Amino acid sequence: MDVLELARWQFAITTVYHFFFVPITIGLSAIVAWYHSRWLRTRDESHLRMAKFLGKLFTINFALGLVTGIVQEFQFGMNWSSYSRFVGDIFGAPLALEALLAFFLESTFLGLWIFGWGRIPEKLHAASMWIVHIGTVLSAYFILAANSFMQNPLGYDINDETGRAEMTDFLAVLTNKVQLVAFPHVITACYMVGGAFVLGVGLHKMRQSARLAQQATDEAGTKGGPDHAVDRRMYRHAARLGAVVTLIAGLGVIISGDLQGKVMTEVQPMKMAAAEALYETPPDGQCAPFSVLTVAGLGGENPTHVIEVPCLLSFMGTGSWDGEVQGMTELENEYRASFGDGELTAAETYIPPIAMSYWNFRLMMGAGFFAMVVAAWVLVATRKDRVPMGRWVAPLLVLTPLATVFGHSFGWIFTEMGRQPWVVFGEMTTSQGVSPSVGTADVWTSMIVFTLLYGGLAVVEVRLLLDYIRRGAEPFEEPRLIEEDEPLEFAY
Amino acid sequence: MDLITVWFVLLAILWTGYLVLEGFDFGVGMLLPVLDKEPGAAKDPTASDRRRRTMLTTIGPHWDGNEVWLLTAGGATFAAFPHWYATMFSGMYLALLLLLVALIVRNMGLEYRHKRTDVTWVARWDAAIIGASVLSPFLVGVALTNLVDGLPMTAHLSGATEYTEFDGSLLSLLTPIGLLGGLTLTVLCLTHGAHFIALKTAGPIRAQARGVATRAGLASAVLAVPLLVSLGVQRGGGLTWVTSALAAVALLAAIGANTKGAEGWAFAGTATTIGLTVVTYFLMLFPNAINGRGDGPALTLDAAASSSLTLTIMTWAAVVFTPIVIAYTVWNYWVFRRRLAVEHLPETADVH
Repeated sequence: MDVLELARWQFAITTVYHFFFVPITIGLSAIVAWYHSRWLRTRDESHLRMAKFLGKLFTINFALGLVTGIVQEFQFGMNWSSYSRFVGDIFGAPLALEALLAFFLESTFLGLWIFGWGRIPEKLHAASMWIVHIGTVLSAYFILAANSFMQNPLGYDINDETGRAEMTDFLAVLTNKVQLVAFPHVITACYMVGGAFVLGVGLHKMRQSARLAQQATDEAGTKGGPDHAVDRRMYRHAARLGAVVTLIAGLGVIISGDLQGKVMTEVQPMKMAAAEALYETPPDGQCAPFSVLTVAGLGGENPTHVIEVPCLLSFMGTGSWDGEVQGMTELENEYRASFGDGELTAAETYIPPIAMSYWNFRLMMGAGFFAMVVAAWVLVATRKDRVPMGRWVAPLLVLTPLATVFGHSFGWIFTEMGRQPWVVFGEMTTSQGVSPSVGTADVWTSMIVFTLLYGGLAVVEVRLLLDYIRRGAEPFEEPRLIEEDEPLEFAY
Repeated sequence: MDLITVWFVLLAILWTGYLVLEGFDFGVGMLLPVLDKEPGAAKDPTASDRRRRTMLTTIGPHWDGNEVWLLTAGGATFAAFPHWYATMFSGMYLALLLLLVALIVRNMGLEYRHKRTDVTWVARWDAAIIGASVLSPFLVGVALTNLVDGLPMTAHLSGATEYTEFDGSLLSLLTPIGLLGGLTLTVLCLTHGAHFIALKTAGPIRAQARGVATRAGLASAVLAVPLLVSLGVQRGGGLTWVTSALAAVALLAAIGANTKGAEGWAFAGTATTIGLTVVTYFLMLFPNAINGRGDGPALTLDAAASSSLTLTIMTWAAVVFTPIVIAYTVWNYWVFRRRLAVEHLPETADVH
């Protein structure tokens, strides 16, 4: 493999991996903050127990999101130095703002939240987690603004003298229409991840508590211990809260995703065409269908669609059932004519990897719908204090959170693959962005190091999470303010 | 002062903030195996673990925020001087990879060490924290010293303007002066961390930390003098001799204050030393972003800088938000201001 291919693989591996943890961080911080605030409002003991329990799981996950994020920031300079030189004037600003406005907030106030038990006033303590959440959302805004610039560059001019892009309008960069639909899409999807995570953990612990209560009843011949009954109600609340969050957020994902499809068709028609493997523009007066699955034909020969919904692609792309969606062949010819002769813009083909685009698009949607169906089922199955005890429920507990996390990854792979060969649409191809001074041996080294290190950390993190989930929420303890010489509530 | 110079100064401030703040984190990490038992006493695993936990808890609420200074310095370099960012990080590729691994391993150690109580788990993460706390400042020291001392660079054309590109390998960074820079920063961080522990703990650890600080302080003075003198001869001028001398004076004052038990002043002293060393380095760089090796081509700030619009926007962002960040950071340190003793630790290190 050459440097370009290696650098792309490394970026894909490190970014997708980083993005396993980010949506959990964003979604879960809101739910922890909510439980913590509800405790202050209602003084319901189980709310404080859940805030602390989910808070532990949150910090275990946050650690990995943070460390893998550090790599992201430096990787542009390490592997994509030509890209960094070309767009640094525009791309660097949101990154710097992300650190200044978001990272400081997140890390400072998370420190306060973790170590603040008994040491800061309780309202301020609960507010700390909300501030952490705001930090995560701000962070997402800036990094998505930077990404949206790559998808739909605006607010800049190319300086003829230096050959570099220079900013002309920062507000335009921050309010890019791609950004205005991508941000709500990603954020609502993050809430889905948080919701599905709490749903999975809550339902699992609810079933476990019910089982323990049953055991106690069988052994003692009396009704099961009151503790298990209390726990069961607490976890039921979490499961249902998670389900509601997943459903509402899922609705937001669908709405924002629909809007995004239209913006995408407008600014990156090639990506939409690749999402359906649509080679030929439908003749005048005919609409474009959407296929749920395709068995053969992604290569351009006669496609064999398993289920074809007539005109749906036209609707998804344009908002009208007979709107025109261009095919890849026509677009390729257009791009050749307009970009084919520039140093930074000439590419062998302007068609992105089709199978990756086609399948990731469907896997993304499928994963989201799956999670929503499970969430709806959970609401039904746990009504009137029922506990779904069937054996087949167990895999759902694991698959649902995973589906939302992977759905995110499929979405990112689609959006980044779908814009190839461009790194900055219409201005610079990915192959032009790679570092000229970095050799294959260097990138092999870093790719192997990151992959092994990340793999090892994943094992540690999953084990820890399972460990802490198994232990469950601590018994309730009345919070108290710590006097000068008393032991701390929490220390390393 | 034009905006390019303003951003050069702001970067110096960010690096100062990073090294002053994370500098003592690194020092605390390095001191875990040093201060975890009474001198001469046999090692008692339980007592030693409680001491380590006490030291780690002094930085617990802060280390994560401290590290953001590095991320902000990185992001600001990207935004204000894209060529600097691109050249430095692609040029120092493997060194940066090593630094990233060290930072990752160290952060994971700090976050995960207390998540379990079994002995092997704790011992492994401790080793990770200690090793990475030594390696990180060493690598940062090597890298910064190389920027000042000069890197092998060649001139290239981008469009109609000339820029320079790093033209060496990992071995080009391992010069005697670069290694001396790494070693000096490491020992300086050790001193700074000992001052921090002395300032933030009560009981026997405090007295022991003061003892270590004196020795480490003298060692860093011995290392810093040849480093600053040889860099000064090659790259310095009138002003850098003044800042170098002041850095040395601050270090000696810190050592003096420490032996007298004025721990706050000792900590302020090493903080000043680190700050003045960064100032000296940046003065030796100016008006370059990266000096060329020997008389070779350098990357100038003018060639590296962003457009004036980007610099203006960034300046406003910095003017508005930096005071806010500093305010809540200071408040965070104020909240956790009390001294910690081994007796203050809860039995287990679990989040309750």
